[in-house]
Amino acid sequence: MKQFKGEALSWELANGVIELALHREPCNELGSVSLVELEQFAAALDDPEGDLEKDAHALILYSDLKCGFCAGADLRELFERSQAMDKPQALQGVRDFLERIHRVLNRIDASPLTTIAAVHGVTFGGGFELALVCDLIIADKMARFCFPELRLGLIPGFGGIPRLKRDLGNAVVRDLLLTGRSFNAGKAQQIGLVSQVVGEGEALRAARATAAQLGKFDRYTAAAAKKFIKPIPYDDLRNEIDIFCELFSRPAVQAGLKRFVESTGAQPYLP
Amino acid sequence: MKTAENTLDEILTLAAAHFKVPREKLSPDEDFFKALGIDSLQTLDLLTKLENHFRVELPDYELQGVSDFRTLAGKIQARL
Repeated sequence: MKQFKGEALSWELANGVIELALHREPCNELGSVSLVELEQFAAALDDPEGDLEKDAHALILYSDLKCGFCAGADLRELFERSQAMDKPQALQGVRDFLERIHRVLNRIDASPLTTIAAVHGVTFGGGFELALVCDLIIADKMARFCFPELRLGLIPGFGGIPRLKRDLGNAVVRDLLLTGRSFNAGKAQQIGLVSQVVGEGEALRAARATAAQLGKFDRYTAAAAKKFIKPIPYDDLRNEIDIFCELFSRPAVQAGLKRFVESTGAQPYLP
Repeated sequence: MKTAENTLDEILTLAAAHFKVPREKLSPDEDFFKALGIDSLQTLDLLTKLENHFRVELPDYELQGVSDFRTLAGKIQARL
């Protein structure tokens, strides 16, 4: 299978590069539909007969939507589903979802391909975590990053803290996490998170140019270098799921989610 | 060094151009959410545009409750 077109995302292999486009309105919120399609993508990578990963040297993740790369987890779906269940069921549902999305993101993180997130606009929460899975982040100068989870009484749940900690100094991680403030692409490059900042609408073009350059290198060597330099923090990732679930069971989280879902203000991500 | 009036004027010009609103329709003490007709994602766009233009960092919690151009200009001016 060399291409796929789904409700939330599509992907295609061409010239040794897999391009995975996110396109779920309103801003690529990651919910159950996105998860299923990401799992299908991971399964295609694993399929020994598909040759998808074997025939590629790079993977580019980007968004087809104008609003941005991804606004994060689908909090409306999370709130509505948790309201429809009793508390133990809701908590189990959250844990199952996190374990599934961690499996997919860990698979992409560990891929021998060189992976590039080409981001623009809103890159918040789960969207930021999706970008952090990639080896390189190339950002449009209008990209904006944020971990707003503490405002809801939670921590990032898709591997954000362990992966941010892998890439940045602890003081920077504390600042971004504990203040929950958003920051622009220039700041992201300054702290070492983003490898290139490009003009508006240019991130995908720059990612394609980078992927073409990577295609000149020996694949085996590139994969060995990546494995050496980019360890996957599995223990911290497991701990993150436990902490998230512990926090999710607190009434403050349900109140925070309700406030967010019902908000019609211009700054709903601010409590 | 820009004066507060320069800063305010640049914000109005920038916001008008970015959101395609006639510059003369924007006034300093107006609610910019209403004047520009912007939603939450567009508000983030405005914030990024202003940060890039003035080369400052504007933590969004400092802008909580700020809704008019003049107060916004004051927040930016304090970081220049």
